[in-house]
Amino acid sequence: MSPEVKPDFLISPEGLRIDGRRPDEMRPIELKVGVLKQADGSASIRQGKTYIIAGVYGPRELHPRHLTLNDRAYLRVEYRMATFSVPDRKRPAPSRREREISMVIANALKPALFLQEFPKSVVDIFITVIQADGGTRCAAINAASLALADAGIPMRSLIPAVAVGKADGKLLVDLGDEEDKYGQGDVPMAIIPQTEEITLLQQDGSFTREELNEAMQMGITSCKYLHELQKEALRRSYVKKTPDNGDEDDDDDGSYEDDLETDLGEAELMED
Amino acid sequence: MAVYFQKREVVVPGQLLAEGRYRASFGTYDEEGKIFSSLVGLAELRGNTVKVVALEGAYIPKEGDLVIGTINIVAGNNWKVNIGGPYGASLHANNALRRPYSEDISEYMDIGDVIAAEVIAFDRGSGPFLGMKGRDLRVLQGGMILEVSPAKIPRIIGRRGSMINMIQDHLNIETMVAQNGRIWIRAPSTEILRLAIKAFRTIEDQAHTSKLTDRISEMLAEEMATIKGSSKPEEEVGPEEVSVPDDSSEVESEPEPELKPEPDATTEAEEEKPVEVEADAEVKEEDEKQTEEVSEE
Repeated sequence: MSPEVKPDFLISPEGLRIDGRRPDEMRPIELKVGVLKQADGSASIRQGKTYIIAGVYGPRELHPRHLTLNDRAYLRVEYRMATFSVPDRKRPAPSRREREISMVIANALKPALFLQEFPKSVVDIFITVIQADGGTRCAAINAASLALADAGIPMRSLIPAVAVGKADGKLLVDLGDEEDKYGQGDVPMAIIPQTEEITLLQQDGSFTREELNEAMQMGITSCKYLHELQKEALRRSYVKKTPDNGDEDDDDDGSYEDDLETDLGEAELMED
Repeated sequence: MAVYFQKREVVVPGQLLAEGRYRASFGTYDEEGKIFSSLVGLAELRGNTVKVVALEGAYIPKEGDLVIGTINIVAGNNWKVNIGGPYGASLHANNALRRPYSEDISEYMDIGDVIAAEVIAFDRGSGPFLGMKGRDLRVLQGGMILEVSPAKIPRIIGRRGSMINMIQDHLNIETMVAQNGRIWIRAPSTEILRLAIKAFRTIEDQAHTSKLTDRISEMLAEEMATIKGSSKPEEEVGPEEVSVPDDSSEVESEPEPELKPEPDATTEAEEEKPVEVEADAEVKEEDEKQTEEVSEE
């Protein structure tokens, strides 16, 4: 990898960003659900060059025992970067930054989860950054949220997250690596889309009150777009499992109703 | 008053399902009169109750569940049993043995034994307690344990046991399907065991699709025809039949006479369908008894 140089400009004279995006345009995002075989739930995200995999295990027995919470499950998040994820080799020991981001991600996801349904247990989320290109904490939240849903953890909603920042005096959505490093500020945020409740809001760099308000508005809009992508990715992962879609849909109509409805009901799930 | 999903639609967490006088049930939550899904699953409306049938999830014990577990620890008068999922269960000797029993309960069941038991109590305060009285709860011997996702168990049992009975009828095997996602299978031959595993895996994989019972039935009929064509199944089945009745009164003893005595593999394959339907109708009464075991209401 060639040594990094500071780009001459982050916003071109035409008003486009260094990778040709408009200020409110996100990088291409690819979400996949169920990418790991061993985990109870998993998801991966590619956002520009950022590539992250999240795996969820649990709810399962909590070790060490002293962490047990009697009224809800413990949410344990481990965010790690692969040694080869950044230009200089990252030393493999967990760094202060990784521990902090782990906590931040846990706090961003927690409000959406119904952890009280599994007292005394633990839900583990392992996040590995395979390649970092800016916005890893937000991308990690996106992937972790999908992985949780894939694991069957009940939740109020999927959580989308995005970073809004400022470079050359302009507000930009979904910062890339250079924009993050050489820009003037960064506001990562995560929301619960239905209610627009904010579950993560951090800031570095300085923003005026107006800028921050606008940045948050841009963030919310982008999060809602991301939320649609998440829902679609999740649905796709289940629909594609259906074998021979073609005739399946055709011959369904007649017998399937009674067959299936009672099938699933009678056996276990009738609580009442 | 409105419902925002189609029958058996795949829904995602946070999706608005219904509004107005509906009742939120499993897999959903209620917020200001609106019902949202809390899981990925298939949405269903029954009466005015909205629920989501989960497609994934760990095993959470429920009173009355039949579970299959492995004994971990013998501690005093208790066995600690691994039943999968986040909670380890305990089985007290009083709930398993007839008194008087010997002081050292490992004489009866020891570490590593696989047992079928019932969840007799579970709440947030105290972990699941098991019991082994009644039904045919016992130490499982022989056969194998297949682990599937607990969320798929209802589908494997099917409506009133339609699926599992169909499989048992076809393959002439002994099975015990536990709510914690473990299935005990004892089959007369390796081929049939493999076929049974394949069937269960297929159901697990395609649990959210429709007409599954028919498809599995077809597959099994076909494969059984091939197995029978290549070897003489009667001999392998014979000895097993003798050993079956004493430790369990499984239903397959009923349809057997209809299925097995046909010597010709080809005619069997052709007649499989009608035979199966007949058998179903006949054993319906028995079926219900048998399903109660596995699918506690």
